[in-house]
Amino acid sequence: MKPKFEPNAEYQPKDFSFKNKKKVDEILARYPSNQARSAIMPLLDLAQRQVGEEGAKAKTPYGGWIPRAAMDEIADVVGQPPIKVYEVATFYSMYNLAPVGKYLVQCCTTTPCWLRGSADIVKACEKELGAHLGETTEDGLFTAIEVECLGACVNAPMVQINDDYYEDLTPENMTQILKDLKEGKKVSVGSQQGRRGSMAVEGPTTLEDLAKKEKVV
Amino acid sequence: MPKLKINGTEVEVENGTSILQAAEQVGYEIPRFCYHDRLSVPANCRMCLVEVKGAPKPVASCAMAAGDGMEVETESDVVKKARRGVMEMLLINHPLDCPICDQGGECDLQDQAMGYGFDRSRYRESKRAVPNKDLGPLIKTIMTRCIQCTRCVRFGEEVAGTPELGLLNRGEDVEIGTFIEKAVTTELSGNMIDICPVGALTNKPYAYKARPWELTKTETIDVHNGLGSNIRVDSRGGEVMRVLPRLHEDVNEEWIDDRTRFSYDGLKKRRLDRPYMRNAKGKLEECSWEDALSLCATRLQKVPASKIGMRAGGLCVVEDLVAFKDLADALDVKHISAVPHGMMLSTASRGHYIMNSGIAGVENADAILIIGFNPRHDAALLNARIRKTWLEKRIPIAMIGQEIDLGYPCEYLGNNLKEIDKIGSARSGFAKEFKSAEKPLILLGSEALQHKDGEDIHKATVALAEKIGVINKDNDWNGFNVVHAHAATTAALDMGLVSDFDLKKSEVVYLLNADSKVVETISKDAFVIYQGHHGDRGAHRADVILPGSAFTEKDFLLVNTEGRVQLGKRAVFAPGQAKEDWRILRALSEKLNKTFSYSSHYELRERIYKEFSEYQNVDVLPEGEWVSASSNGKIGDVDIKVDTDGFYLANSICRASNTMHQCYEEFILKPLNEKAA
Repeated sequence: MKPKFEPNAEYQPKDFSFKNKKKVDEILARYPSNQARSAIMPLLDLAQRQVGEEGAKAKTPYGGWIPRAAMDEIADVVGQPPIKVYEVATFYSMYNLAPVGKYLVQCCTTTPCWLRGSADIVKACEKELGAHLGETTEDGLFTAIEVECLGACVNAPMVQINDDYYEDLTPENMTQILKDLKEGKKVSVGSQQGRRGSMAVEGPTTLEDLAKKEKVV
Repeated sequence: MPKLKINGTEVEVENGTSILQAAEQVGYEIPRFCYHDRLSVPANCRMCLVEVKGAPKPVASCAMAAGDGMEVETESDVVKKARRGVMEMLLINHPLDCPICDQGGECDLQDQAMGYGFDRSRYRESKRAVPNKDLGPLIKTIMTRCIQCTRCVRFGEEVAGTPELGLLNRGEDVEIGTFIEKAVTTELSGNMIDICPVGALTNKPYAYKARPWELTKTETIDVHNGLGSNIRVDSRGGEVMRVLPRLHEDVNEEWIDDRTRFSYDGLKKRRLDRPYMRNAKGKLEECSWEDALSLCATRLQKVPASKIGMRAGGLCVVEDLVAFKDLADALDVKHISAVPHGMMLSTASRGHYIMNSGIAGVENADAILIIGFNPRHDAALLNARIRKTWLEKRIPIAMIGQEIDLGYPCEYLGNNLKEIDKIGSARSGFAKEFKSAEKPLILLGSEALQHKDGEDIHKATVALAEKIGVINKDNDWNGFNVVHAHAATTAALDMGLVSDFDLKKSEVVYLLNADSKVVETISKDAFVIYQGHHGDRGAHRADVILPGSAFTEKDFLLVNTEGRVQLGKRAVFAPGQAKEDWRILRALSEKLNKTFSYSSHYELRERIYKEFSEYQNVDVLPEGEWVSASSNGKIGDVDIKVDTDGFYLANSICRASNTMHQCYEEFILKPLNEKAA
């Protein structure tokens, strides 16, 4: 579960302004002017990414999150009272409302992943990072959290790290991914067994193959 | 017009009527929590589930429009089971603290749990708890009791126009809050207490004071502003315990503002409960009624009538004013006024000083011009109406006066009243829209008229109204409205109690509940008689004090700013030796050997009806007669200044109220200090 929104916490920066004003205008232009409220969600995302970019360069790195000042700024941009932005931001789980690590590891623990061994993946994460779920590592690189189904059940178990999915995990390759990320090495995204998309493990199949195998045709 | 069957009864309803409303029309009650007549429909409590033939599941009747040929069951087993389920789920996280809950006895959840619920819970896990929020001095919160109906959120957004509350987080963690701990800053916040179906939002000053079944309920009228809101005064023994709104579609709908609701504790403080007289040392000293009245009579007879000044305050009711006028007539006093200081209006045509369109008529307008007052303060419910109209039709609204946030977009034309003339000549912007509107509406506030130029401003506005078709006999529209800030003003104008005299020059001054700042201008040598119910500005200056009764302590007639006459009833008795005001005036007339013709309230009413026959038509919106104005007024260079006491400390009752002082600090001083810092 994502950390609670604490608007008056010490870590909240005082000011926020969008760096990419063009993008803001582009987002606002997507909606009719009397429905500017609709732009709240893409703007929240834009703010989170902007903070994430800044965080990646910081001495103690951090990941993308949305400070209260950003929400107030968005409220101002779309001409809505701040509470309307808070409502949206607190509702959706993908908006981080408190600082997170540079790599946000979202471990899926819903039934299909769990059946395929997500509990071991979580354990491997915790062991490698030396932090419990919901905690950030001291170097500021990682936060691992538990999330509900991310819709990649075919390739379970899986985790999402920032924008990318890592699938077909085993405790070993999970540990390797984290190690590689820590050292700044390139890691391969998607299935760790080399599966493409969600095709079968043995390779691509068609209904025809299946029919042949069953001697229907 | 869809025709449908509800429990076998056929009913034809308007297009867009929901099943719930249709069922109400044929007399079937459907339980609900989130649905409220005057708010939008979120359909999130699920209590109003009904069975519709053909639908696979029970449907939420508040959100489902009635369709042609529908067959609805509201009492079937399926529905009963669904309701029981919803009820059980709502109660999962609701604490079992009814014995210590202020809502107990008038709680929707309690009633509906009895009526439609299940007799036990199968829930064995821990209940969740939600931290309480600090919403200011008026609303007490116990958020664990909240069932997330979001009525308060919608009220803030849709009626009050101050969206400060919201529904935060989701799932099990969902809660109502402002997020950044802050008070709800609307003049209508008290209504959230009424619409909260459970005990999550309760009345803070009334907390743990009484139970609803102990209270005597008196239906009466409010005097804190010119609207004449319909209220219910709940009292126990001789004490007013709380004030609640009463439904009146054309006046206050079902809301009242915070001043009306929370200033009642002022009725129990700083009261004048016995006559006083200033002694040789200059100190006020208790005395008997006999002595006080004799002294008044001697003093009044000692000076010529031209040296007597009589002033009545804004809280006076028709009975008081008539008796006051009778006293003036008996003494042949011409210097008598019962309108706010400085207001000079021609009383020739009633249409010129009332709200011709009526309060509900504002909803028909298609362009509104607000002149010289703050509708949020002087008539908060009128402002809510304007907002409602704007929400429905997005009409152009403009304002001449001090710039304020009204809760809807309002073009600000400037603070100088000269702008009124400019509207007539301008050809673009708001002026153009206003002139081309079919039903334009002018709201002229009494603050603009309390100037030496007041009469001219009034004339100029009347002329403007006639020129640009605000009064249109063809489509039966009269959008010229004067909004009075005080309850007494309309009646005072009806009686012609508008005399422009200098209080400084009066040698004997008779103040009837007059506590405005003008009493501070009375000359030091003058002899001041103060008759009223509160030890406020007037009583401080007084040489004799005659204790009167407040509006909850007498039967009365009240004329609101529309010219609508309404009946008020006595809820409690006046404290100590205080008496009804007209009785005091009558007793004084006896001392003056000019005894009034009436000695009972019945006879007084007869006397009133004889001279003001229109007052017999209780609760009727009068047909405003309209006489065309003869002359144009010329407006000087006048800027509007708003009284600093503002909304919360507007009259002597409010100034005696702790709650109102708390509100003043929280909502007026605190933001000012924050701005300064």
